[in-house]
Amino acid sequence: MNNELLNELTFFVLAIFVGFEVISKVPTILHTPLMSGTNAIHGIILVGAILIAAGASSPVNIAIGLVAVTLATTNVVGGFVVTDRMLEMFKGRQPAKKAAPTVAPR
Amino acid sequence: MTLAISLAYLLAAVLFILGLKQLSSPKGARNGNFTAGGGMVIALGATIPLLHFTKAGLEIVAIGVVIGTLIGTIGARMVRMTAIPQMVALFNGVGGGAAALVAVAELLKFGTHPSLAEALPSVFSIAIGSISFAGSMVAFAKLQELMTGTPITYPGQQIVNGLLAAAVVGFAIAVLAIASIPFSFVALMVLALILGVAFVLPIGGADMPVVISLLNAFTGLAVAASGFTLNNFALIVAGTLVGASGSLLTKLMSDAMGRSLANVLFGAFGQVHAVATAAAGGQARSVRSASAEDLGTLLAYSQRVIIVPGYGLAVAQAQHAARELADVLEQRGVDVEYAIHPVAGRMPGHMNVLLAEANVPYEQLKEMDQINDDFKNADVALIVGANDVVNPAARSTPGSPIYGMPILNADQAKNVIFMKRSMRPGFAGIDNELMYGPNTVMFFGDAKDSLNKLVTAVKAA
Repeated sequence: MNNELLNELTFFVLAIFVGFEVISKVPTILHTPLMSGTNAIHGIILVGAILIAAGASSPVNIAIGLVAVTLATTNVVGGFVVTDRMLEMFKGRQPAKKAAPTVAPR
Repeated sequence: MTLAISLAYLLAAVLFILGLKQLSSPKGARNGNFTAGGGMVIALGATIPLLHFTKAGLEIVAIGVVIGTLIGTIGARMVRMTAIPQMVALFNGVGGGAAALVAVAELLKFGTHPSLAEALPSVFSIAIGSISFAGSMVAFAKLQELMTGTPITYPGQQIVNGLLAAAVVGFAIAVLAIASIPFSFVALMVLALILGVAFVLPIGGADMPVVISLLNAFTGLAVAASGFTLNNFALIVAGTLVGASGSLLTKLMSDAMGRSLANVLFGAFGQVHAVATAAAGGQARSVRSASAEDLGTLLAYSQRVIIVPGYGLAVAQAQHAARELADVLEQRGVDVEYAIHPVAGRMPGHMNVLLAEANVPYEQLKEMDQINDDFKNADVALIVGANDVVNPAARSTPGSPIYGMPILNADQAKNVIFMKRSMRPGFAGIDNELMYGPNTVMFFGDAKDSLNKLVTAVKAA
C-alpha cells in the first residue's frame, strides 16, 4: 500500500467520525434543510467532473464530461439555492422564536 | 498537487464541517448554508490550476456549467414550497449520476487491468452512484405524482431484487478480476440503474423522505469513492462527511416516524398494507358530515381550537387560508394553535416551512410532545388534509403498518372536524378509525375551498 492511499484512507476514516459527531443533535424542524444542505455539499463532485471534462478529446469522453459537468453543476447550484430558500422562511422570526421554547432539543 | 492547493482544499473541508455544524442548530442554519457554499467556491477555485484544458474540454466545461446553473437556479427558485422534497430528490439524483460518470471516465483511462486501488473505488462509485440516480428519479416521480405513490409490489419481488443485487456484485467482481472493458462496466452501470428503480418501487410515498435521505448518503459515499479514484482530497472528505452525516440523519428520520430503517426499506410496509386494506374494505360504514354554516358556528363559539395540518393542506396551497381562518377566530377571542407532527407534510420540518411561508406566528406552532396533552382540553381539533398522523390505529392495532408510530391525540378533542377531499385512505393506504368516531364530523372538499367556506361561515356566525 503506497503512502498516498494510506493518507486518503486516514482522511476517509476521520471524516466518517466527524460526519457522525457534527450533527448528533438536530431538532426535527431542521431535518429537511439539513438533508438539503448536505445534498448541496456532495455537489463537490463538480470538481471531479471538471477534472475529467477539461482534458477530454475523444467523442466518448466529451459526451461523458459534458453530461457529468451539467449534472454536477445542477446539484451544487440547485442544492444551495433550494436550501437557502427553505432557511429564509425561518429568518425574521428570531425574536418570536426566543419567546417560545419551541426549539428545545428533544 | 502543490501546497497552496492542498491548503485551499483543507480550508474548504473545514468550512464544510462548520457549515454542517451550523445547519444543525436553528440559530445559525442559514449562515451554515453560506459557510458550506463558501467552502464549495474555494474548492472549485483551487481546482482551476490543476486543469489542462483541451479545446473541446474548455467548451464542454463552460457549456455544462452554464446549463447546470440555469437548471439549478430556475428549478430551485421556481419550485413551490410543497414540491421541495422531490426537488431535493432530483438534485441528489443528478449528483449520484455525475459521480458514476466520473468513475466511468476514469476506468476508460486506466486500461483493461487497472490496479485494485484504482478500480475498486471506481466500481463502487459506478454502482452506488447509479443506484442513487435511478432511485432518486423514482422517488421524484412518486412525490410529483407522475406515478402512483402507493407501494408497487408483485410476487417474488424480494427474489428479483436479490438477484439484481447479486448481478451488480457479480459484474463489479468481473470488472475487478477479469477485465475492465466498456462492456463490463457499462453492464454494471445498467444493472445498478435497474436495481435503483426496483429498490424504491415497493416503498410507499410516505416513506420517501427516509429513502431520499438514504440515497443522499449513498451519493456522498459515491463521491468519496470518486475522490479515491481521482486522488482528490476535497472529494474524499466532503463526500465522506455527507455519507456519514446523511446515514445518521436517515436514522433520526426513521426514529421520528417510530420505525426502524429496515422496516421502512424492506417491503414490510407493502405486505401488511394488503392485509389491512382487505380487512377494512369488507365493511361499508357511515360517517357524519356537516355544512359549512354548522361548523362555522361550532368554531366561532369554541374556546380553544387546534389545527392539525397535513400534506393535503400543502397540496391545496391552503396554508394562507388556514392562517386566515385562525385570524378570524382569534379576533373572536378563540385560542388557536397548530399541532405539527414530526412527519407532517412530506418531510420532517416541511410543514413548519410551509406555515412560516404563510406568516403563521412561530409561537402558534406546537410540536407533538408539547401539545399532545392539550387535545383533551380543546373544543375542536380541525384536521386539514392530515390522515395517518392522527390515525388511532397507530396506538391500538398491532397489525397495522403504522402501529407504533407516535400520533397526535386529535381523537381526544371534544369535537373533531375532519377536512378531506374524499374517503380515500391516506398515504399509508389504510383506513382511519377516527373518521367513524362519535365526535367526528367530516367536511369534504378541497382544503383551500373548505377553509374559505369556514372563514365566511365564522364571520357570519
